[in-house]
Amino acid sequence: MIATVDRRPLVNLTLVRWHLIASSIFLAISLLGGLAYAFQFNNMYPFAGIEWLSPGRVRMVHTNMAAYGFIANAFIAGMLFAIPRLTKRPILSDQLGMLIFVAWQLCMVLTIGGQLLGYGQAIEWGETPIFVDPLIVVGLVLLVVNIAAPIVTTAENGLYVTLWYFLAAFAWTGLVYFMGNYLPQFWVPGTAGAAITGLYIHDLVGLFVTPIGWGLMYFFVPLLLRKPIWSHALSLIGFWGLAFFYPMQGVHHFLFSPIPMYAQYGAVVATIAIEIVVLTVLVNFFGTLHGRSEAVRGNLAIRWFYTGMIMYGITCFQCAFQVTLTFQKVIHFSDWVVGHAHMVMFGVFGFWIFGFFVELWPRAVGRAWVHPRLLTMHYWFTVIGLILMIIDLTAAGLVQGYSWGALSHWSKSVMDSMPFWWVRSVAGLMIIAGQVFFFYALWATARRPAEGTVPAPIPAEAA
Amino acid sequence: MERFGVTFLVTGVVTFLLGFFLQGLMPVLTMRKVPIRTVQEVAASVPAEFYQLAEDYPVEFQKSFGTPDPTSFAKAIQQGRDIYISEACWHCHSQFVRPVANENLRFGPVSQPNEYQNEMMLPHLFGTRRVGPDLIRESGKRSNDWQVAHLYDPRSVAPYSVMPSYTWFFDKDKRPTDRALAVVAYLQWLGSWVKDGVVTEPGLPAAGGQG
Ligand code: HEC
Ligand code: HEM
Repeated sequence: MIATVDRRPLVNLTLVRWHLIASSIFLAISLLGGLAYAFQFNNMYPFAGIEWLSPGRVRMVHTNMAAYGFIANAFIAGMLFAIPRLTKRPILSDQLGMLIFVAWQLCMVLTIGGQLLGYGQAIEWGETPIFVDPLIVVGLVLLVVNIAAPIVTTAENGLYVTLWYFLAAFAWTGLVYFMGNYLPQFWVPGTAGAAITGLYIHDLVGLFVTPIGWGLMYFFVPLLLRKPIWSHALSLIGFWGLAFFYPMQGVHHFLFSPIPMYAQYGAVVATIAIEIVVLTVLVNFFGTLHGRSEAVRGNLAIRWFYTGMIMYGITCFQCAFQVTLTFQKVIHFSDWVVGHAHMVMFGVFGFWIFGFFVELWPRAVGRAWVHPRLLTMHYWFTVIGLILMIIDLTAAGLVQGYSWGALSHWSKSVMDSMPFWWVRSVAGLMIIAGQVFFFYALWATARRPAEGTVPAPIPAEAA
Repeated sequence: MERFGVTFLVTGVVTFLLGFFLQGLMPVLTMRKVPIRTVQEVAASVPAEFYQLAEDYPVEFQKSFGTPDPTSFAKAIQQGRDIYISEACWHCHSQFVRPVANENLRFGPVSQPNEYQNEMMLPHLFGTRRVGPDLIRESGKRSNDWQVAHLYDPRSVAPYSVMPSYTWFFDKDKRPTDRALAVVAYLQWLGSWVKDGVVTEPGLPAAGGQG
């Protein structure tokens, strides 16, 4: 049974549920935006001629809702579950939690509305309109106060790895958000501004999404496998390596730009260094899986987690090459990078989120999954669709890059990309089909008649 | 909280600051000696295309910007940039020429830091994706008419294009509104400071080919 503290339940499952619901709604919006924008590349844009659904604006909605709507909401849900369990303390205030929930969704709606009405900001990943930025900063600070409180007051001795990552991420996120959205917008123009934007693009993934994602993995994987993490030493190396090297790579988003070359070289070296660190983390997790690998078949959440980790390994391996100046000549500005972005944001963090959705949703709604088979379908459609998309975009990137370098007419690169853009749209449709199974499963499970408050079992492989 | 916990918060702040110093502040310090020019200074030298625009679309131009001079030019390029931002043109077009991959042959001279040290580049619009070509050397490459037609229907001048049509920059009679003219003025400004293949700073009178 769920433990209580002073008759307050330890984990506020209502809040977890609401954040999960919001996360899936924004995922749906983001996916539809991505698909619509992908159709622009087939000259089949469904909303052509409608000003507020202009493709460029829809693209901003696509990426921003993926990051702040889908991923951030799910991560908040995960932290609301993990932190109280690790510290044996509930969050500071349930009312504040609800307020943050509402405020965050308000920010999302304002972001969508603002961007569609033409108030998008020209900072990559920070396209949230300028008037929403202060709200988001305040929201982040309140969130940190609310969920860091149990960590501050805990009586437990020694903090678990998960909490190292969370604490560092709390410090990073607000600072990064402020830096990226304000400095290049109001004070620092041109190349120096671009250096800071690069830092923001990178830090948002590296200092917000990555540490919270890994923190959640350090929590959920041992929980579901019922065994401790393989090596504490590797956990230490992983954390400190990330903390040291990750924040100093920003300029690798603008290699060969007029930003001073020393900053570019520094970014390249730090980026290659972090790949080594990443390897230690992966070794640690696969070491943990060792001896329990049947769980990948029997436990869908574990399967999502480890699929994501394989994707992470591939992404980071790819990154160590694509960051070199040799690769940059060819692949920068091309669809290769877009493939990379989808592999990280969706293939890694999205998949981890689906993993803990599988685990948390039954607890949040107090019912077992209705149709576990739907979840298996969701898994296969999503994974195959995404792999198709990544291979397609990576190949398209090479075609484009070599076409540009060879000084062919621009039309050649566009026309040669057409078949790839068709495949991307098909892959997108496949991913969306997968999510339809998922959304239906979420809905049907929540609507199923309650059968007592037995915590739902972890669904086993259905087919 | 035990001291151990504070360590991680402090770590967060310290590593952030270290990274910020190396990757953000150092480039700022490198550029500190180059003054940041205002939009008015930048707009001081008006490219010929802007005067041409006033002749190409006299009625519309008069209504939107009055007479072509540095003041109306400043207004036009600012509005053009704001539209470029809100339509996220910058997600399909970059604004810097790299010293590799034959880009100097395709687009023009390689980008230099000083070009970007002005308020028109606040925020900078470097971009990270090229679906269409780089635009930092666009000035003078195409006629105003081409640009206007291209905005209304890219496929009318480039049949293979996947660029969106921006029909809402035009009125019911398909005449350009201030929005279309502003975007064209902005596009004709981008790179107007490159004179005879020599990169100067925006707003400086022609450098006359030295250095
Ligand atoms: C979906 C991506 C996309 C978006 C968004 C986009 N463009 Fe383009 N653009 C292209 C492509 C592809 C080409 C090359 C084919 C052509 O000339 O239409 C192009 C070409 C151009 C050219 C011609 C460059 C030259 O000299 O050959 C200009 C100018 C231009 N775009 C301006 C803009 C402006 C201004 C906006 C925003 C209002 C914009 N683009 C938005 C894809 C895009
Ligand atoms: C139906 C599935 C999807 C489709 C069809 C799709 C399509 C697209 C398209 C067309 C772009 C613009 C690429 C360009 O500028 O050339 C894009 C960008 C992006 N999408 Fe998606 N997307 C999908 C799902 C997702 C998901 C689930 C996520 C994250 C969780 C995501 C994250 C991103 C990111 C981060 C970018 C920016 C890439 C960059 O700038 O390099 N996408 N997507």
